[in-house]
Amino acid sequence: MTVHNNVLLYDRHSAADHEPHHDAAGNVTLGFWIYLMTDCLIFAALFITLVVQRGAVAGGPAGRDLFDLSYVAGETALLLVSSFTYGMAMISAERGRRGAVLGWLLLTLGLGLGFMGMEIHEFAELIAKGAGPDRSSFLSAFFTLVGTHGLHVTVGMIWMVTLVGHLLRRGLTEANITRLTCLSMFWHFLDVVWIGVFTVVYLLGVA
Amino acid sequence: MHGSHTATHSGAHGNVRSYSIGFVLSVILTALPFGLVMTGSLPKDQLAPVCMAFAAVQIVVHLVYFLHMNSRSVRSWNGAAMAFTGIILTILIVGTLWVMYHMNMNMMPGMMPPQ
Repeated sequence: MTVHNNVLLYDRHSAADHEPHHDAAGNVTLGFWIYLMTDCLIFAALFITLVVQRGAVAGGPAGRDLFDLSYVAGETALLLVSSFTYGMAMISAERGRRGAVLGWLLLTLGLGLGFMGMEIHEFAELIAKGAGPDRSSFLSAFFTLVGTHGLHVTVGMIWMVTLVGHLLRRGLTEANITRLTCLSMFWHFLDVVWIGVFTVVYLLGVA
Repeated sequence: MHGSHTATHSGAHGNVRSYSIGFVLSVILTALPFGLVMTGSLPKDQLAPVCMAFAAVQIVVHLVYFLHMNSRSVRSWNGAAMAFTGIILTILIVGTLWVMYHMNMNMMPGMMPPQ
């Protein structure tokens, strides 16, 4: 089944596959992986900026005065479960079950919306408290890092809606499977970045 | 920092079992550092290295169980791109910490060169 081969994320298939369209799908996922690596460098720069500026609170509140770890644990849970549900969507795609793929995608989208809702609420509360990005160098770095991650999640959700449209129109075609695979890499990557965020920003910020 | 692990499952892509294993491991690796920080059951100076270690392990778990990295993909172009990213990342992070630390030291009052 051709669908099966294209679900492979990182393996260009062995000798068996020499049809050009398989190579094209492999090239797309490799290219997308390289994009993710460049994105990784953006996040690294933002992370290290936050670490360097952590103490630069300008007499304002520091992380331990602001962050509520049980709230962050809630955000983390939503994102982690959404990574799992996206994985289930990939497995359903591999089995050729479009209805299940759509169901899992919509569930993932709902969890992503929950995460973004919580993050926007957190930002709004901080700004209302006078701890906005203009308060100190530390808070500028905080809003830039966490906001950039949130922006990525938002783009991922727009992509997910688009993909639902593609799947409704065309079904599990080869092109759609490639799209689904790229978004899967993007979504899992954002969850990996979030591990860095909750550890470096929140846990170490409170500890 | 995480380019050389080997795969613990043989499939090139996930199945329900591998995703479930990854999920359960992630929940544990998330809950433990949160618990340690929230209960304050570790001395403060040990919290940072312990939390960073949990994060590093969880990143590897995600790469293996969710992104399906394995020994084969590490040797492919994906692995090469990742290794290169790792080098740049290390230069960026270590270099920044080094430069900023020395700059802060040199900007201390009394450390300025005499007029």
